[in-house]
Amino acid sequence: MSERLSVFKTYKLYVGGKFPRSESGRVYEVTDSKGNWLANAPQSSRKDARDAVVAARKAFGAWSGATAYNRGQVLYRVAEMLEGRKAQFVREVADAQGLSKSKAAEQVDATIDRWVWYAGWTDKIAQVIGGANPVAGPYFNLSSPEPTGVVAVLAPQESSFLGLVSVVAPVIATGSTAVVIASEESPLPALSLGEVLATSDLPGGVVNVLSGRTAEIAAPLAAHQDVNAIDLAGADEALAKELEIAAADNLKRVLRPQPVDDWAATPGTDRMTAFLETKTVWHPTGSLGASGSAY
Amino acid sequence: MAFEYAPAPESRAVVDIAPSYGLFIDGEFTEAADGKVFKTVSPSTEEVLSEVAQAGEADVDRAVRAARTAFATWSALPGSERAKYLFRIARIIQERSRELAVLETLDNGKPIKETRDADLPLVAAHFFYYAGWADKLGHAGFGASPRPLGVAGQVIPWNFPLLMLAWKIAPALATGNTVVLKPAETTPLSALFFADVCRQAGLPKGVVNILPGYGDAGAALVAHPDVNKVAFTGSTAVGKEIARTVAGTSKKLTLELGGKGANIVFDDAPIDQAVEGIVTGIFFNQGQVCCAGSRLLVQESIHDELLDALKRRLSTLRLGDPLDKNTDIGAINSAEQLARITALAERGEAEGAERWSPACELPTSGYWFAPTLFTHVTQAHTIARDEIFGPVLSVLTFRTPDEAVAKANNTQYGLSAGIWTEKGSRILAVANKLRAGVIWSNTFNKFDPTSPFGGYKESGFGREGGRHGLEAYLDV
Repeated sequence: MSERLSVFKTYKLYVGGKFPRSESGRVYEVTDSKGNWLANAPQSSRKDARDAVVAARKAFGAWSGATAYNRGQVLYRVAEMLEGRKAQFVREVADAQGLSKSKAAEQVDATIDRWVWYAGWTDKIAQVIGGANPVAGPYFNLSSPEPTGVVAVLAPQESSFLGLVSVVAPVIATGSTAVVIASEESPLPALSLGEVLATSDLPGGVVNVLSGRTAEIAAPLAAHQDVNAIDLAGADEALAKELEIAAADNLKRVLRPQPVDDWAATPGTDRMTAFLETKTVWHPTGSLGASGSAY
Repeated sequence: MAFEYAPAPESRAVVDIAPSYGLFIDGEFTEAADGKVFKTVSPSTEEVLSEVAQAGEADVDRAVRAARTAFATWSALPGSERAKYLFRIARIIQERSRELAVLETLDNGKPIKETRDADLPLVAAHFFYYAGWADKLGHAGFGASPRPLGVAGQVIPWNFPLLMLAWKIAPALATGNTVVLKPAETTPLSALFFADVCRQAGLPKGVVNILPGYGDAGAALVAHPDVNKVAFTGSTAVGKEIARTVAGTSKKLTLELGGKGANIVFDDAPIDQAVEGIVTGIFFNQGQVCCAGSRLLVQESIHDELLDALKRRLSTLRLGDPLDKNTDIGAINSAEQLARITALAERGEAEGAERWSPACELPTSGYWFAPTLFTHVTQAHTIARDEIFGPVLSVLTFRTPDEAVAKANNTQYGLSAGIWTEKGSRILAVANKLRAGVIWSNTFNKFDPTSPFGGYKESGFGREGGRHGLEAYLDV
């Protein structure tokens, strides 16, 4: 009996909770570290980028309005789903980055744990960085963090899965929605992550995954008037500068690329606070006299 | 019969303005390298107050080098020592507050009532507040020993000259940075008096450098390669230009820009308090306030009642000599700003909105604009979209809370908003939905050094004030 022929997967984008091909009809060849063909990945166009922004904006109201507890449970659900599909991701990460099975497994384990870490943050960050301000007068006010809105994320080029999740999870943990450009050379773990997110109670549009040429997709996102912020983790120096200039047109919050020695290290809160606004709401306390409260 | 107010002018004798001032670099007053000077005038009389050295690129470079040299020792000082310098500054400002209030009123045109009761107390409080942080930075939530950034280049506007200086300099110094600050060209004097406060406080030379000048000096400062931190308060257009300038560098940037704040009045609001809040919201400082409540959103059912009450109140406002203690509305800061306000108000009429001002006699010299409100304004009107930065209120209506929120958020800006209602849960629900950095419920235009201030969207990013305000000046 001959060996069974395997069934290849057509890798697709993940936009608005659906799995479209690129509207351009283009694909590009993805290979492993030795140059062996792995798949044809969609090569997203600027139209795909704009569609993803529309989906992310549409999802923002409900996702930012969900309770922090609810968001935490959804992020934890992502970890649960990933745990069950570990073997697939170990294979994809090993292929993508030329890692041994055991090294790739370490990466995937760390990635799952990263979701758990951020799942726990959703209902704590406001207490850590918000607070009551002791104003001098008959008022009290509270400063609370709020999500900035739609965040364009250039995922790290070198760390196709752990790096990707390390930049996406903090964005959505705090209630923003994301348009993510996968690692250009190694997009397959990111595209497969879309399949996990789709079955993790994450509302469609909260995370949108695009593959293709980073510079081509990032340019329309950096210039997009309905994108509130951009994470340049996956941009080189020249591209980062160009995108930061474009981002100034509507004063996007820009997280510049920073050297990361080890994506597995415990993250701080910086990637969350980079995409949070602070809202301060004042209230009169009045004074209690014979007639009750007064302004 | 109506009683007239007798004139009650604050004395000018308390302030001694020299005929000329230099740049303040490395602890010394000095001429500009190219010898340029410019005149600063009193906007209420057009009287020339003084002639001030005008910084150019060479002066910016000299000031940045002085600040760089001073940074080594200043950042190495124990926080407790930096704190004491800042406490000294706070106290000296309190001691000299009447002098500085009169000076600010002369140079800016705003009523003495405001400089005396709002600007100066807030300036002193801001230094006092950040003084206390200098030796407690490890407890601020930015790591065990957060580091300063280095030299801060700061560019501030003319609407609250000394207060904006305090917002910039106090946190920068508390965290161990040194500064080069450019005040606005129409209001350089209080910053130069502040240089003298630094002298009295014994502040080491080079820690604070003041460079009066125009936009070109600001641009040179922002672009200087040895500046580590840029802080700007001003227009959104210039803010965007600055963001482009610092792109691709390691400079940390905070921007405090324009606004088009919505002041939302629901049908159950206490009308008299709301009217006071609306007046404070748009006529405080002649409306030259980035967080002004320049759009009044009033629930349709109380529109007529509220507008009648508002018009009655506006008819009692006293416009005139800013040094008079009874003056409510002072002068517009400059001829240029007056022209901008005038043009936008004319555009409002041309686009079909209905213009109203109380009977109001304007002085014959100086820059003046009567309190103005526009009704029948739609969201498409220029006066409902563009920041006017003057005493001009655009009135729109709504029927439901959802509509109010949608209209309030329908702007490129996101700095401030106000909510007037007796219903607590509605305050919280609406505040939650507004995309703005500062929201006042049943009050407006309140400020405090402990409270973070800053915008969403194109109103800028970063926060000034409070614990949050430290972050802009720390290596985090």
